[in-house]
Amino acid sequence: MKILKLSIIIFIIFSFNQLMADNEDLKNKITKNLRCLVCQGQSIYDSDSEFANSLKIMVDKKIKEGLSEKQILSYFEDKYGEWILYDPLFNKNTYFLWLLPLLIFLIGGAIIFKKLIKKHK
Amino acid sequence: MLYSVIGYYSLILGLCFGLILIFFSVKNFQNSKFDTKILSFTFLQFFFVVISFLCLVVSFILSDFSNETVFNNSHTTKPLFYKIAGTWGNHEGSLLLWLFVLTLFILIFLIKSKNQPTKYKILTLVFQQIIIIGFFVFLIKTSNPFNFLFPTPEEGLGLNPILQDPALAIHPPILYLGYVGSSIIFSSALAATSLNLITKSWATHIKKWILVSWIFLTLGILLGSIWAYYELGWGGFWFWDPVENVSLMPWLALTTLLHCILVLEKKLILTSWVIILSISTFTLSMCGTFLVRSGILNSVHTFANDPERGLFILVFLFSLIFISLFIFFFFHKNNKNNPTSFFWLSKETSIIINNWFMMYFLSVVLIGTVYPIFLDVLSSQKISVGPPFYHKLIIPFLIPFLLMMAIGPKLKWVKSNLNNKIYLIILLIISILLSFLIVKNFDTNFLLNTILISSAIYLFFITLRDFFNKKYTNISQNISHFGFSVLILSILLNNLFSTEIITNLKVGENFKFENTKIIFENINQKEEKNYRSIIGNFTIQNSDGKIENMSPELRIYNQPNIVTSEADIKTTLVSDTFIVINLVQNQDYFNIRYQVKPFMIWIWLSVILISFGGLISLMKKDYEK
Amino acid sequence: MKNKFLPFSLIFVFIIIFVIFYKGMKDKNIYIPEAKINKKIPLFSAELFHSNKIVNSSEIFDSKKFYLLNIWSSWCVPCREEHSLLMILAKDKNIDVIGLNYKDTKINATTFLDNLGNPYENIIFDKDGTKAIEWGAFGVPESFLIYNNKVIKKYIGPLNQKIITEIKKNVK
Repeated sequence: MKILKLSIIIFIIFSFNQLMADNEDLKNKITKNLRCLVCQGQSIYDSDSEFANSLKIMVDKKIKEGLSEKQILSYFEDKYGEWILYDPLFNKNTYFLWLLPLLIFLIGGAIIFKKLIKKHK
Repeated sequence: MLYSVIGYYSLILGLCFGLILIFFSVKNFQNSKFDTKILSFTFLQFFFVVISFLCLVVSFILSDFSNETVFNNSHTTKPLFYKIAGTWGNHEGSLLLWLFVLTLFILIFLIKSKNQPTKYKILTLVFQQIIIIGFFVFLIKTSNPFNFLFPTPEEGLGLNPILQDPALAIHPPILYLGYVGSSIIFSSALAATSLNLITKSWATHIKKWILVSWIFLTLGILLGSIWAYYELGWGGFWFWDPVENVSLMPWLALTTLLHCILVLEKKLILTSWVIILSISTFTLSMCGTFLVRSGILNSVHTFANDPERGLFILVFLFSLIFISLFIFFFFHKNNKNNPTSFFWLSKETSIIINNWFMMYFLSVVLIGTVYPIFLDVLSSQKISVGPPFYHKLIIPFLIPFLLMMAIGPKLKWVKSNLNNKIYLIILLIISILLSFLIVKNFDTNFLLNTILISSAIYLFFITLRDFFNKKYTNISQNISHFGFSVLILSILLNNLFSTEIITNLKVGENFKFENTKIIFENINQKEEKNYRSIIGNFTIQNSDGKIENMSPELRIYNQPNIVTSEADIKTTLVSDTFIVINLVQNQDYFNIRYQVKPFMIWIWLSVILISFGGLISLMKKDYEK
Repeated sequence: MKNKFLPFSLIFVFIIIFVIFYKGMKDKNIYIPEAKINKKIPLFSAELFHSNKIVNSSEIFDSKKFYLLNIWSSWCVPCREEHSLLMILAKDKNIDVIGLNYKDTKINATTFLDNLGNPYENIIFDKDGTKAIEWGAFGVPESFLIYNNKVIKKYIGPLNQKIITEIKKNVK
């Protein structure tokens, strides 16, 4: 029985530690994805400005509240606009952004394929 | 003051020589005679650019603040080395560097092309002079490095201390030798197209220039990344920042061109594509210059912006594009009946596939960089495109790319006996197993990481095995591809295994996390020539007994008034340890960031290895044909 | 005909790109987040400056009145300049001025108010800057004109006489 209790405690501490580490990773992931509004081309993770520091505290708070990564990013997008997100959303503004390179890849493949077939004949 | 006058009139003379050269070139073109005067004038043009450049350097060394450029970018307390480097660390001075490389390359080109057809030499000179004259006019009219200030100020405005760094000092010259050097490929390709001289011998001739430009561009980008690692941010070395992308795009085009020219040397195919790539490389360089200097993008690296300059480069850039389009469509005759056979399982096919992927990567970087501009102009919506975009679109495609790099060079032998190709399959299985073992403890993107790392390990094994068995068609290709596999592996493993501890500490406190204890021993304060220095002394203890002393520094500059953070980085072959401190406003504690970054040095060494492969190719004599 | 199509369409494409780059250069490129006009004010709870009590936003803002939320700090230089205008606005009975003290110390902020006057009905104490984030602000000074629990207008940077006159007109 004691061993069971002990192992449960150890497991909780371990998961907590893991959770803390995970929270830290999540925080880093989110802050790397947010753009610093008052800097020139730095993420919140990289920046040391007052604004960035406040944002980092806010991200911590939201993580503790249990929000998911998507929800937290959505929260900041709501406050500051799409510009603050480094990972562009996939909406009518950005269809071309995401799809054009893939389209180019497919077209390139088609051209090459056609040429190879022609030469092979 | 005198130097500014000499410098300015040297520029005017250089411009005059450009016009004279055009005149003589047109005169000599008709009778296909290469007047030796042409070579002399080309040399004189280069000579006067050098004079002008030296005058600016001397003005910086003497802190001659009657020169507006020196006033804006220097300070009497700056150390001598950085005064000199400050010459090209600003918009006007860097344009002098452009002219230096432009005039130098055409001079060397003419000297080394004695055996080439005369009309071709003359036409290449003409196209290069169009670019050179354009830059002379740009410099003299909108970006004069020799503007007078009266009355002469006592002191300059100082250079950004972040730019006072050795790696950053040599980064522009090396980068420009590659970036601007691709101009000669542009001019030469246009000349050859006009004269219908895109032949195998032209390919051999231009290959050396492509290699030179490519090697310098690779090293230039490397230096920029190393600088970013030591100076900017927290241990990052590539941020997909517009200015970084702008140097990467010509590199991608140039690498693609390099592969194609290897084909064109042996077989008369892909001629149209080679011309397009040759034009595109320099066009991308010019386009990059426009993006960075016109104020259309904002980034940590951009020069001070000015719409007049932006407009000039924009018009100049598009003039070059329209000239190229005209020449390509008017003069280029594609010979339809190609007698050369073309097996689909061949070296040519693998190079075409390489091109396919490279152009895709190029389109990703190009679209990611300019899309926000287009969106803003067309619909007034502002978005940001950052690292996640590039990672999501590039990383999945790296897997087939790496595999093709491994198998591609062997493709023409697949027709022959299949027996001793079993090792290809065996190595693949070993790579996958190894990768699985490495990745299984880290569950982020498990599948993707496993496949990616196994592809990289596979390329690593194949190229290594080929090297030791001497089973390669081309040693330079073997070395460069091997270097590339090491690069990808280092980046992936670094990403996977890096750890970071962020905490706030007062002097005397310590912090323990997992097996690492960070002890903030004390701080030293010093007064240096142009800044006040606060050095934090730390002891890092690992649970396996290792003890390390690290001393990150904060520098508080007086001119201009900024605080920079100098990381202390300890590098070994296995990993780097990295620590920075930062002030926290209104508090008596410091913010500490401590990172362990495995395999960092291999990222730098692998890029050197890649360019080394190019160097070997450059030095080889062509024996086989 | 096919021979001519490709070059002309390329020329056309490049002309369009030229125009877009040209226009892109002209526009100012500093990003300022849109003031979400007519958006509801955020619900939050915050510490009051003087009483140290934690209150809900509903206790500070009443839907029937006009408010100007002014984000300020003692270390912000433009805040000093706009402060006298806030004193004038505070005298207007139609509008209440609420302050949000941003990333400041109580001592410095109190000294600031002692020296330049206190126009604020209430002051929210935002030590770590997270309350300002709730409002979508990113620096100091910024001010929000509020009515009916909605943001009518957002002012980035210090207020000036023209803005004050405009506010006074709107709240009559």
